[in-house]
Amino acid sequence: MTTAIKVENVSKAYQIGQIGTGTISRDIERWFLTKVLKKEDPFLKLGETNDRTTRSGTNVVWSLKDINFDIEQGDAVGIIGRNGAGKSTLLKLLSRVTAPTTGSIKIKGRVASLLEVGTGFHPELTGLENIYLNGSILGMRKREIDRKLEEIVDFSGVERYIDTPVKRYSSGMSVRLAFAVAAHLESEILIVDEVLAVGDAEFQKKCLGKMEDVGKREGRTILFVSHNMSAVQELCKKGVQIHNGEIVFRGDMMECISHYYHYDRSVRLSTVPNGQPVILDPPKINGSSTPTLLSGERMTVEVNLETEEIDNPWIFCIVENALGQSVVHASVHSEELGQRTLSGSYKISIELPALWLAPGFYSVYSKAIVRSPKRSARVHSDRVGLHVVGQIDATGKTLLTPHVQWNLENQKVRTRIREATNL
Amino acid sequence: MEDAGKINEEWDLVIEGRTSLFDPKLGEVWRYRDLLLMFVKRDFVAFYKQTILGPVWFFLQPLFTTIIFTFIFGNLAGLSTDGLPQPLFYLAGVTAWNYFSECLTKTSTVFKDNANIFGKVYFPRLIMPLSIVTSNLVRFGVQMLLFVAMMIYYAATGGQFRITSAVLLFPVLILLMALLGLGLGLIITAMTTKYRDLSFLVTFGVQLLMYMTTVIYPLSSAPDRYRYWLELNPMTAIIETFRLGFLGQGTVTPWSLGYSTIAALLILVAGVVIFNRTERTFVDTV
Repeated sequence: MTTAIKVENVSKAYQIGQIGTGTISRDIERWFLTKVLKKEDPFLKLGETNDRTTRSGTNVVWSLKDINFDIEQGDAVGIIGRNGAGKSTLLKLLSRVTAPTTGSIKIKGRVASLLEVGTGFHPELTGLENIYLNGSILGMRKREIDRKLEEIVDFSGVERYIDTPVKRYSSGMSVRLAFAVAAHLESEILIVDEVLAVGDAEFQKKCLGKMEDVGKREGRTILFVSHNMSAVQELCKKGVQIHNGEIVFRGDMMECISHYYHYDRSVRLSTVPNGQPVILDPPKINGSSTPTLLSGERMTVEVNLETEEIDNPWIFCIVENALGQSVVHASVHSEELGQRTLSGSYKISIELPALWLAPGFYSVYSKAIVRSPKRSARVHSDRVGLHVVGQIDATGKTLLTPHVQWNLENQKVRTRIREATNL
Repeated sequence: MEDAGKINEEWDLVIEGRTSLFDPKLGEVWRYRDLLLMFVKRDFVAFYKQTILGPVWFFLQPLFTTIIFTFIFGNLAGLSTDGLPQPLFYLAGVTAWNYFSECLTKTSTVFKDNANIFGKVYFPRLIMPLSIVTSNLVRFGVQMLLFVAMMIYYAATGGQFRITSAVLLFPVLILLMALLGLGLGLIITAMTTKYRDLSFLVTFGVQLLMYMTTVIYPLSSAPDRYRYWLELNPMTAIIETFRLGFLGQGTVTPWSLGYSTIAALLILVAGVVIFNRTERTFVDTV
């Protein structure tokens, strides 16, 4: 196996807040310090973590900090992480939209990146003209597009409108057209940001299928960023988790996803309207904080709640699938549990029947809503990843895979066929 | 497949924080030539779609400018035109000047106008300004037709002008105007990513610059003490040569045209260097 992408000590600094006034004087100051006095650039003090929830003295953030990794040729790698973790920045650097502040990236092969579908689409041009324009922007030669034109139009499914200006298209249609162009790029490396979120489910599946083809059959290297865990899991064998600009996990995609779900579950303190703190721990499932469940297994969710004093909180237990659809949304008022006012530490347990969830990744969390006469406040626990396994592989096809009983009975008399043939 | 940037034996592409000062990546630009043509085509199709007059608009602007100039500067102010028919004199200046100023103003907003595309996909950024210069060249070609038609009309009605051998320099003049417009535009667009003020300067700066160029008056009629300043403007020699070639009147020496050439080349090199430095990270500041 050869290395297709080698990322060495890559960091990227961004200036946040207002850019504008005073930049000339600061630029001159910087230039003077670094070039004349040969001092270290005060603008680039390495070391601060990029945590979007805390404020910091400087207005420079390190969106990526000292990133190192290699990607082998033919690998499909999923990059996951929370919003603002630095995933998109990494893709931007790899696709040369912006340059790293330090470090180097070495790439073997032609890179096609899809940070957005339909970049450069011009509303006044027809679908056909836009195929050529968009294809060229993505780096295709004209004859390459000529050769694939039929395939592209076919894949997009908007053949009827191909000579209509794109401004008359529905948004779904232009996404289809745009993805069709992108899917036919010939490149050794394909970089895809979460761009599929726009199409309908059927088209999303078609795109994922196309990308899978690209990776598996043609042996292309794929880098894929998504929040859709089942898509990532289906498409990628290897995973990278980024957190606050640093790589915190690399390895098998499955392990990466479960690492992601369990990452950084530090106690979160929230306050409710009257200033009362409430702590809601991430739930445990069947006593485990890294649960794996058989599809037909029953589960018990346990949540620890600690508070000074709250009145009749509304408590929820929510299970979501990898697409973020909620499959269980159970709620109760503490009054119904025989205790209107909660004060102290409680263990709340929720018993769920056998759900026959389709195998895949789910996340479980709990939530409490506290109402005071003036306003209400909600407290969320962190999520726990739930891996459901089963014999039926139905990923993406159905939500439930219940165990069913099939019966076949011979009724001996073929009256209906006889009637039909006698007519 | 090779990719520009830095190539060593093992890697096709090396992306680093800093690169050499002058690296215009011409090989890469060449590989993307289809894209350049696509942008030119887009500019035209998008320009005349849903207009009634379509390409006729290319003629109207220089035509009306010439009429106004003839009226104000020719008749009211009575400025000299070196004995040439007034409309012909102004149209020559306006056509040539328009090419330069369009190249300059359009190039000077390249980063701002295309921030969205540049932020999402990589292609050699120089493609964009080059496509602007090319689209304008086509436009200029169309406007030259109007100029030639006017020349034929005046030749038929006995207007006083003659074509001289300097007309052979026409391709060079086009190139010089393109390089000047491109170079200045590149410098300005690179600076405006950080200092927006410059973009305000461009719109009226170009207008003022026109009055400092010999568009509405001939260099020969300029008083001696201002003449030096007018000749310092590289566009002056270009417009004068243009008129000398097509109309037979113009004050130009090999030195002044040579000066314009050197100025154009220096500005272009400076423009490309500054543009390339900015191109790599402008997405973060725009």
